[in-house]
Parts: sequence; structure tokens; C-alpha cells
Amino acid sequence: MKLTVWTYEGPPHVGAMRVATCMNGLHYVLHAPQGDTYADLLFTMIERRNHRPPVTYTTFQARDLGSDTAHLFKDACQDAYDRFKPEAIIVGASCTAELIQDDPGGLAETMGLDIPVIPLELPSYQRKENFGADETFFQIVRALAKPCDRTKRLSCNILGPTALGFRHRDDIEELTGLLSELDIDVNVVAPYGANPSQIARLGAAHFNVMLYPETAESACRWLEREFDQPFTKVVPIGVGATRDFITEVIGLTGRAACVDESRLRLPWYSASVDSTYLTGKRVFLFGDATHVKAAARIARDEMGFEVVGMGCYNREFARDIRALAKEYGVTALITDDYLEVEAAIEELAPEMILGTQMERHIGKRLGIPCAVISAPVHVQDFPARYSPQVGFEGANVIFDTWVHPLVMGLEEHLLHMFRDDFEFHDDAGASHHGGKAVERVEATADQAPAQVQADDQVVVWLADAERELKKIPFFVRGKARKNTEKFACEKGVTEISVDTLYEAKAHYAR
Amino acid sequence: MNKPTHIEAGGCREAPILKERGQREVFCGLTGIIWLHRKMQDAFFLVVGSRTCAHLLQSAAGVMIFAEPRFGTAIMEEKDLAGLADAHEELDREVARLLERRPDIKQLFLVGSCPSEVIKIDLGRAAERLTQIHAPHVRVLNYSGSGIETTFTQGEDACLESMVPVLPETDARELLLVGALPDVVEDQALSLLDALGVGPVRVLPAGRADGMPHVGPNTKFALLQPFLGETASALSRRGATQIEAPFPFGEEGTTMWLRAIADEFGVDAETFERVTAAPRARARKAIAAQSEGLNGKSIFFFPDSQLEIPLARFLTRECGMQAIEVGAPYIHKGLVGPDMDMLEVGTVSEGQDVDLQLDRCRAAKPDLTVCGLGLANPLEAEGLTTKWAIELVFTPVHFYEQAGDLAGLFSRPLRRKAKLQVVAE
Repeated sequence: MKLTVWTYEGPPHVGAMRVATCMNGLHYVLHAPQGDTYADLLFTMIERRNHRPPVTYTTFQARDLGSDTAHLFKDACQDAYDRFKPEAIIVGASCTAELIQDDPGGLAETMGLDIPVIPLELPSYQRKENFGADETFFQIVRALAKPCDRTKRLSCNILGPTALGFRHRDDIEELTGLLSELDIDVNVVAPYGANPSQIARLGAAHFNVMLYPETAESACRWLEREFDQPFTKVVPIGVGATRDFITEVIGLTGRAACVDESRLRLPWYSASVDSTYLTGKRVFLFGDATHVKAAARIARDEMGFEVVGMGCYNREFARDIRALAKEYGVTALITDDYLEVEAAIEELAPEMILGTQMERHIGKRLGIPCAVISAPVHVQDFPARYSPQVGFEGANVIFDTWVHPLVMGLEEHLLHMFRDDFEFHDDAGASHHGGKAVERVEATADQAPAQVQADDQVVVWLADAERELKKIPFFVRGKARKNTEKFACEKGVTEISVDTLYEAKAHYAR
Repeated sequence: MNKPTHIEAGGCREAPILKERGQREVFCGLTGIIWLHRKMQDAFFLVVGSRTCAHLLQSAAGVMIFAEPRFGTAIMEEKDLAGLADAHEELDREVARLLERRPDIKQLFLVGSCPSEVIKIDLGRAAERLTQIHAPHVRVLNYSGSGIETTFTQGEDACLESMVPVLPETDARELLLVGALPDVVEDQALSLLDALGVGPVRVLPAGRADGMPHVGPNTKFALLQPFLGETASALSRRGATQIEAPFPFGEEGTTMWLRAIADEFGVDAETFERVTAAPRARARKAIAAQSEGLNGKSIFFFPDSQLEIPLARFLTRECGMQAIEVGAPYIHKGLVGPDMDMLEVGTVSEGQDVDLQLDRCRAAKPDLTVCGLGLANPLEAEGLTTKWAIELVFTPVHFYEQAGDLAGLFSRPLRRKAKLQVVAE
């Protein structure tokens, strides 16, 4: 058993639902108790989908357990077939049904339905959501894809986008446009928007674009092996990665590139003087491996941030992220324990978090701005406007999204300069985030000195030093406090004075 | 609209109930944790379950709660399924870790889930053992919130029921209010009862472990929610007596609920009139304002929270609506009977086969459909106007001062539909 408060990934059958829900003409018959229908609302409420997920739950109850739950499954399967008339059915069990061992795959097979029935083995007690999506998509591809002649014109498939993914809807559109500039047709996008008969035609493409390895790697590898389709490894998120992706596609296809970069604004916005304040801003990255990997490069090379920590929750990609972290001189945090992530962020005291919906909670608790770069997501992360992450427009969107949670450049200086101003002081917050400026509370002179336990030594903040610390802008104060305490410990100093504060500042400024 | 308070003939208590089973669109009892953990400030809810349970709680609560939740899931892994002795050891370890991290916890609920029920982890035994280990600082109780046993609000019933056996004994003649309500509403109830001279009044659950009510043969209890059947039985087993009444929704329901208590505690008619006249008038006025647009409109309830029957009674009698179908996950006539006596409705249904019920709903084309979150947007996309049911559980809706707000919850979707000048795709 493992104690968890929030989780980054759901169970594997939710991954299967992400695939089923974004496809057309496919139905998922899920052996599950009634409570598991909660998963529907992920799609109808969080993603604002306008139809129910194509899932039929068997809804068994305690009183059914003594009798024949297998019968219940077959009835549900037949009802779903009759009512929804799908082109294909996937069948599986949720965690509870797995325990009663009814073998939905075998049961469905005996029913003799005249459409493909694809059984899913998703071990609920070992694996999680991304595995479920990847495995489901792979099984669908394996069952339905047929060998076929390549299209006359050069074409590819875009593989990996699913329901509930972070900006997948818009990424498909942006990437299709980019490929069209390279004079490459898109044969099939899958699973998002595909129906089973289109899956059958995957083999007609000349190569595959693996857009999200988390959900498409198994399928891409299988298609490479069976249909001799190479696939791209670079995910085109960010300016550099998009250019690398284009180079990779040229390498695969021999097609000469002529991509219009005139819409790309990130490089100039980053270089413009207003962005000076972004220089060296300390950011912490956490999310799925693909988005973290892309975000790290953008953060350091395209926005001029300092990456002070990174990690991902999907262990399948631990090795990649560890290697990447090393390149950035930080230690990777590979965990799906929300409390561990919170502790790491608290310790590193970054000026911004680039994370998931979960890190929004952490940011709120710790008072650190947060921009979302990856699933798991919230209804707010499905914006009405067009906001892709991939390609050049994606880079523009990312610039805006990441800068927005921060206090604006010149406002930072105002906060610094007019610390005593009734409108520009720390607690007032950024002027473009709403919220009313709160009255500044005067520090009283006779406050008890703060005691801090650092390492195995008690360090006391003298009142003067505490007051001086408050003069440092709030977005770097946490770090300044930590550094000063660390410095004091190293020097064996037990009382922090104003001098200690500035000595520490000078020490770490080297 | 706003008919006077008297019971008319033609209620639906004896009408045949359409009983269905099939796919259900309803939360499981674990979801009760979402409000219970905020209500009981020193309690922690530890679900013994799967990743799905953790994900469910997160999906149900994660969008709202930006504070450290007082609940968690001990996620069972492959090795826990292998042998049960192991599972108990693991549970002890996780509980010890949790209590060390959160020394403010005074009550710990071990909550059973579908998987833990299926593999029969004995949480009762675990709770006894853990109570011995962590007493007197922490009391450990257990209940089941599993989806194979409970639906949505039944989780609160199971939780409160688990507390009844450990409530201290008393012989005092006291009124016990049963059900977790938003603080503001609970305070209103207490002040109304105080003005009537009814007392002492206790509440289950209390905000903190040391404030838990006593119970005994002279305890009279009134339910605040229509889903607390097991808790009511448990209290009766302790000798307490239930005061039966319609539930306190709307002006009429609130008055009848208060009147039943007042009668039990010998409050004279004059006092009752003096105390309730002003808030009754306010409630009627507020309902009239908020229910504009509801009069003559039809409503269809999908089963969700067990509040459906009392709410349908309020909407039909005080807001002038017509109920086409009122579905509830299960119907406990001992609790909602008084409401059923006053409700005229086309169909009462229990349980659900969601596809069949959707067919009936589409055919009936109600002006307003009350349903869970999984159905609301798809039905809106089909052109139906919906009220998502979860707000009825999470919004203060009981008693006089909320009667207008309650009507407003239903009229808002209709007003919204009328306001919007762009057609959704």
C-alpha cells in the first residue's frame, strides 16, 4: 500500500477511455462497479465534451458477486452493440472487476459479434493511465491496421493525441499545417478523431509522427516493424525542437524544406528589452516527460530562465529525464507522490513553477506563480481560443502563457523601489491578476527573533536582519532566506544580522 | 405558487415505482468524503482502495479544493492482493506515517472501497486494532463507501452510522439534528430552534471529536438529509426516537420540519407563529422572486443524491413546476414518505438504466433536467436545459433563508438559456 493525497495519473482503464472517447465508431465495454462511471465527467465536464464517452459500464453490485457477473458483462456487451452499432468494440475490466476474474475478453469472444472485438489487459494494480492509453492504442492498431499500398503523394500519420491531453486538439491542427508547408499530407490522425476503418489504413502513410511518446510509442514501434514505417523522435514543442523536427522529417523523406517562419514571434519577444527581467528567473519543471523535456529546452535556451529542478511522474521515462536533468546540472525528481514534489519545490524556492494542475495547488500554497505545461489538467486548460503547443504558433503561445503568471518586468522594479508604496508592495501582488491591493501591515519593532532549525544548528534571525529581508522582493525572498541560513550554518554563525544577510548575498552572487 | 401548508390527497407514496437496473450514472459513497472532511475539522478519511478511488476523489474534489485535503488513499498494490496479513501490516504502517505527519488528527475513518470489499479486508478489525495502538489520542472508525454497496450521499450515511455506536450514553431529553450541513445553515437551524425554546440541541456530526453528541432513550432526533436511513436505524437501536417530517427545503418543508419538532417539544402555537412568521414571509418573497420562469415548466430528475423527492416536492408545490419523472438511486419510504405524500409526479423511478432513462427524457422533452455531471453537457448539447445535481449537495439550500437560493438554482439555467443570443454548435 502507498499513501497518496493527489495523483498525477489515473488507473489504466482511464487511459483506455482517453483513447476510446477521442475516437469515432469505437465503443468500450467496461466491467466495473457503479462508482467507476465518475470517469465520464472527466470528459464531459473537464474537457467540456458535448457527448458522453462511448463507454458502457456493467455496473455490478455487491449482491451480484455471489451469482453470475459474467452474464452481466455479456448482457451489457450485447446492449452496447445493439444500441450504439459501433465499428469495433474494446473490452476490459476496471480494478474491482479485475479481482473477480471474469475475463471480459474471453466472454466477448464467445458472443460471436460480427465486428472486431479487442480485449484489453490492463493490470490496474501495477500500471497507470499513460500505460493504459499507450497499450489500448497499440492493441487497436495491432488488431485493425491492415497492410496497404502507400499513398501516391508523400504522407504521414500523426499518432498520440488523445482526449484529456494537454492542448492535443490544437496541436493536431498546427502540426498538420506545418507538414503541409513541407508538402506532406496527413494520412490519418490517431487515436484523436479516427474511426476504426481509418486505423485500418494507417499502413498507407510513408512514415509516422510520434507526437506524444507516452501514448503512441508502442504503436509506432509496431508499425515500424510490421509496415516498415519509420517514425519521428523529436516532439516539435519550442522553436529549437520545431526546427529539429523539420530537419528530422527532411532526413526521413528527402523532401526539401521551405517553412515559413514569419509567424514566429518568440525569439524576438525573448530578445526584446522588456524580457530582460526574465533573465535567470529560477523555474521548476514538472509534468509528463514529453512536455517537461520540451519545456526545459524552451526555458533555458529560448526564454533565458534558470532551470533549478525538473522531474516527471511517468516512471517509464525516468531514464530520459534523469539524463536530461544531468545536462542541466540538476537532479531529476521521478515520482508520482505529490507531497514529494511539494517538498522539492519548497526546498528549491523557485520563482515560477511550470507544472500540472497539481502544481497549481502547490503554487497556491507556497505563493509561487505557476503555468501549466502538461496533463493532468483542469477545465481552464481547455481554452476556447486556438492555443497549440507544437510548431511556431505553439512557441508563441508558450511565451505568452509562461510570462503571464509573473509580475511584469517594470512592475518588478516598482515593487523593488517603492516597497512602502500603498499600491506597490509585496502583498499587493501583480496588478494584472485581479485582486484588491491589501493594506500594508507595518512591522513592529519588538517582534521576537525568528528561530530556524537549519541542519542540526539553531539559527536566530535578529530583528534588523528580518526587517532587511522583508525589503527584498517577495519573489526572491524565499531563496534569499534559505541561502542566508545555509551560509550562516556553514560559517558557524548562530545569529543572522544585516551583515550576515549581505555577506551571504555577496557569497552566492559569485 | 406558494400554496398554503397542508397535505393534499394525491401524493405518490403508494404509486407504483419504476424499478430499473442497468448502467448507472452516479458517484459512489466515497464522494461523501469531499464534504465530510471539511465538516469534521479534526478527522481524516483514509480510503483503502485502488488508484481508481484516489482518482475519483481527486476528480470530484480536485477542481475545488486548494487546501491540503484531510483525506487520502492507501492504494493497494499487487503485493497487497497476494496475502491479507500483509495488507494489515501495510495499513498499520501507512496509518502510523499519516498520524505522525498530521498530529492534529483526532478521528480517523478507514473507508472501505470496491476492491477492499471484494478481497474482504476486514477494516472493522483493523479499526479496533488501530484504535488500541493510537488511543487515546486518535479514535479509529471504519465504514464502507464502496460503489458495490453505496451510491454518492449514502457515504455520509455510512460514515455517521459508524459513529453512532461510540457516541456516549445519556438520559437527557435532547434534540439531535442529524446530517452534515454548511455551517451557515446549521447556525440558522440552531437559532430557529433556540428561538422556539427547543433545547438542548446537538448535531451529528459535530465539528470536532470532543463535541460529539450524546445519545440515549430520551434523545429525539430529526434528520436534515433524506439519505440517512442507516444512521436513523442505528440511533433507534440506541433508543432514540425519530421525529418524522418532510425535509426542510423551501418555506413549506422548513415549516413542517420545524412544526414536527415543535410539537414534540411542546412549543405552543403562538410561539411558533411569532418565531416563524417573519422568516416564512421572507422565504415566500424570495421564492417568488427567484422562481420566476419556473411556473408551469416541466422537470425531469435523473437519480443522483437522494434529494430528488424532497426537491421535487418543493419545486412542484412552491414553484409551480410539473414533475415528469423523479428518479432516485433508492427510495426509503420511511424517510421520504412524508415528502411523497405531498408530491404529484408522472413517474417515480428507483435505480437506473441510464440509456433507457435518457430515451424517456428525450421523449418527454422536459423544460429542465436535473442530472449528474457526466450527463449535463451532453444533454445541453442535445438542446435540453439542465441543472447539474452536484450543486444541490454543495450549496446551502436548507431552511427559510436559503429557500430563494434553492429556487434560483433551478431558474438560473432557464434564465441563462433565454439570455444567450448565440447558438451553440
